[in-house]
Amino acid sequence: MDQNFNNKKPDISADKEVVDTSRRKFLRNTGIATGGVVGGAVLGGLLANPFKSHEPATTMATEHPEPINYAESLTFFRRQKDFDALSAATEVIYPEDANGPGAIALGVPYFIDKQLASPWGSNADDYRKPPFKNGQTPLTRGDIFLQGVRKLNEISENEHEVLFKDLEEDKQFAVLERFMKGEVEMNLVISAEFFALLKSSTLAGCYADPLYGGNKDMAGWKMKEYPGSQMSYIDMIEADEFILIEPRSVGGHKH
Amino acid sequence: MVTKLPKVDVVTTGVGWTGGIVAAELTKAGYKVVGLERGEDRTIEDYLHGHDELKYNQRKELMQKLTKDTITWRNTMDQDAVPVRDEEAFVVGTGVGGGGAHWGAQTYRYFPYDFEIKSKTIERYGESKIPKDMLIQDWGLSYDEIEPYYSKFEQMAGVSGEEDPLAGPRSIPYPTPPMKKNRPMRLFHEAAEKLGYHPYVVPAGTVSEVYTNPDGETLNACQYCSFCGNYGCEYGAKADPVVTVVPTAKKTGNFELRTNCLVTRVLYDGDKATGVLYKDTRTGEEFEQPAEIVAMTSYVFNNIRLLLLSGIGEPYDPKTGKGIIGKNYVDHHTIMGATGFFDEKFNLYAGTGALGSAFTDYCADNFDHSDVDFIHGGQIEIHIMGNEPIANNPVPAGTPAFGKEFKEKSLHYSNRTLSVVSQRAFMPWKNHYLDLDPAYTDDNGDPLIRVTFDYTDQDCNLNEFLADKCAGVLKEMGAEIIDKHPMPEHFGGRFTFQHDSGGAIMGSSPENSAVNNYLQMWDVDNLFVCGASAFPHFGPTNPTPTTAALTYRATEGMIEYLKNGGGQLVKTGKETQNV
Ligand SMILES: Cc1cc2nc3c(=O)[nH]c(=O)nc-3n(C[C@H](O)[C@H](O)[C@H](O)COP(=O)(O)OP(=O)(O)OC[C@H]3O[C@@H](n4cnc5c(N)ncnc54)[C@H](O)[C@@H]3O)c2cc1C
Repeated sequence: MDQNFNNKKPDISADKEVVDTSRRKFLRNTGIATGGVVGGAVLGGLLANPFKSHEPATTMATEHPEPINYAESLTFFRRQKDFDALSAATEVIYPEDANGPGAIALGVPYFIDKQLASPWGSNADDYRKPPFKNGQTPLTRGDIFLQGVRKLNEISENEHEVLFKDLEEDKQFAVLERFMKGEVEMNLVISAEFFALLKSSTLAGCYADPLYGGNKDMAGWKMKEYPGSQMSYIDMIEADEFILIEPRSVGGHKH
Repeated sequence: MVTKLPKVDVVTTGVGWTGGIVAAELTKAGYKVVGLERGEDRTIEDYLHGHDELKYNQRKELMQKLTKDTITWRNTMDQDAVPVRDEEAFVVGTGVGGGGAHWGAQTYRYFPYDFEIKSKTIERYGESKIPKDMLIQDWGLSYDEIEPYYSKFEQMAGVSGEEDPLAGPRSIPYPTPPMKKNRPMRLFHEAAEKLGYHPYVVPAGTVSEVYTNPDGETLNACQYCSFCGNYGCEYGAKADPVVTVVPTAKKTGNFELRTNCLVTRVLYDGDKATGVLYKDTRTGEEFEQPAEIVAMTSYVFNNIRLLLLSGIGEPYDPKTGKGIIGKNYVDHHTIMGATGFFDEKFNLYAGTGALGSAFTDYCADNFDHSDVDFIHGGQIEIHIMGNEPIANNPVPAGTPAFGKEFKEKSLHYSNRTLSVVSQRAFMPWKNHYLDLDPAYTDDNGDPLIRVTFDYTDQDCNLNEFLADKCAGVLKEMGAEIIDKHPMPEHFGGRFTFQHDSGGAIMGSSPENSAVNNYLQMWDVDNLFVCGASAFPHFGPTNPTPTTAALTYRATEGMIEYLKNGGGQLVKTGKETQNV
């Protein structure tokens, strides 16, 4: 699609904002982005390779270097080792493969970092009165994550003398499996709970609206062929065929 | 210090579906109503920018936060209950509209069998069909008696539907035509018909065309945008108190809505409810609101909790079987069947909270139960609500829970998976009930409500039976892999879409019920307990139309009560009624 796109607008700069805006205009003109619906075949024809579209043309990148993404900074985690273990763990859960990016390229670790710094990370909407019994944990989600990622490193260092991020993938998988089964000793929380939180947060980071910092370039949605925040499907609800629709973010509606 | 306010005709404890209906009907009749709502005020503008799965579906933005209070639960009477701590596991409405602001708007009626479940079961199968400790009872009104009120609700909500050929008779057709059928629904219909069932497109409060209700409120046409259950509808195309009964009440000039007002007690002088005590949740200031009639409209849990905290009625004691408040609590959050994995890809991202098809051949007493070890049954259904990507990562059983294969398969199947499930009726049992928790309190120091509930043989046998039928339909639809959902051993304490009932049940006499068939308390004439708290058992499907129908009937009772200057509306036993 970049090919097509650039052919039509040769003067476009590689600045992502501009590319995106113009692409939106292009899509709007074709009726794809406005909730108008184009059949899979038509879309495929219009946009060759429609889902490889998120990278701006690299040849021009040298002239206008990638702007710094200030959102990719830590707001919750303090120790780099902790964040590295988290990043590696999310990538094991949702690895890069032939379908497309994995958790790290989707921005999942930063997504989780921001979520943990939000009221959700300190369980601000939950009932917190003691006593905590029958396996209920007094820890906040933030506490659980910190302890969990440190435990990942601790186990890797004790058993393999490397940090979790440097472990081979199959060994990383095996460690996570032990957490999942509740086999790892943790303090005031069972390891299965940490794992469940890690897995659900990773998937949330892959598939939440990109406004939260994950699902970068809507690549999670593209892999799933999920159209995101559309306004209407009334014109296609009865269709027999699968219809591929270019995804759209909540933020996309303002532009 | 409590500020005493001037007396009004009616005060409601909450402004969701039941509170909104009471407000609309009583203000139209010329009475002054004050609606006290613990949450925020809300208009349809609040629903713009709402297509956000993380915020609304995962994190439950529109629902009650558990910061100040929650419920506790346990399976059996010998256990200590624990509080539901995680907001995502206790999902009830707060703010104007209540659960009605973010419901899925599936709008079924119950069956004639439901309302006379005990007599009809005995009549056909004998007393021995009802297990010991199963506390089913007739509701104190028949399907024919509730029918006009179902119609009234459907007319108000603009319900789009197609008649279920196996359901009770209807006096008038649905006000708007059924929703469009998508491909999975068409497959379901074909398969069900081939198997000899009677499929129909389910009734929906996501309205199929622009509709103006008898009160003059207009609902727009549903866009099938999929951000529906758990979300508010920015089109005003989903029946919601915010776009129906609340504006109806407001335009009479007789309605005063007070938000951020938490009712903490119903004031009771041993004979009548004199009003309510409430607190401004921002300032902590306390007020007394006197009223001729107190309409309890705070959903099942808080209806029962307020009764118990206020010392009204006799609390149920499962050991002796005495008392009534808290009795017959039933949870209905168990909807299961089977999941089918297909070769074909479907447009599963599109749908509405109520888009789907069903058949009721195995529901109510629509089939012979002589050879099965359960009563009642369930509706078998397919729903296409719009599969959101965080919540839906389907993989066939046996797939690793994470990693390469999980990613590959969950991507592959995300548009190739259909579930056929059954909503089934749940019965009341002697040891399932609501009471006040002895250990946990809310921010005011008042005890939380405690749920005691678990699955029984009836539920497991019924599940076994229905899961097979669901799998059979999926097979006929062409599923390549079919995974039946196993029944968990115990109820797990997730209350995620306001399907609870009982605690202040209705019936034919004060001996077997807390309220009469106008939801008027037998021993407190000016107290009407509105909501699914009145159901003696949980019928097969979603509760709101039955809740609303009973509440419409209650409003007739309230008007009669105010006109007559008081009194019981129903003489006990089989004697004729006043109204
Ligand atoms: C996600 C979801 C999906 C659903 N889908 C369906 C569906 O498809 N079909 C269906 O039939 N039903 C559905 N329901 C259930 C439906 O929402 C309820 O049946 C309905 O809202 C019940 O009406 P109610 O008036 O009893 O309670 P609500 O509508 O919840 O209203 C109760 C109100 O009382 C207020 N309140 C409570 N306590 C106090 C107090 N102490 N003081 C002041 N105010 C108080 C609350 O804030 C709330 O606004 C769904 C619910 C949810 C959450």
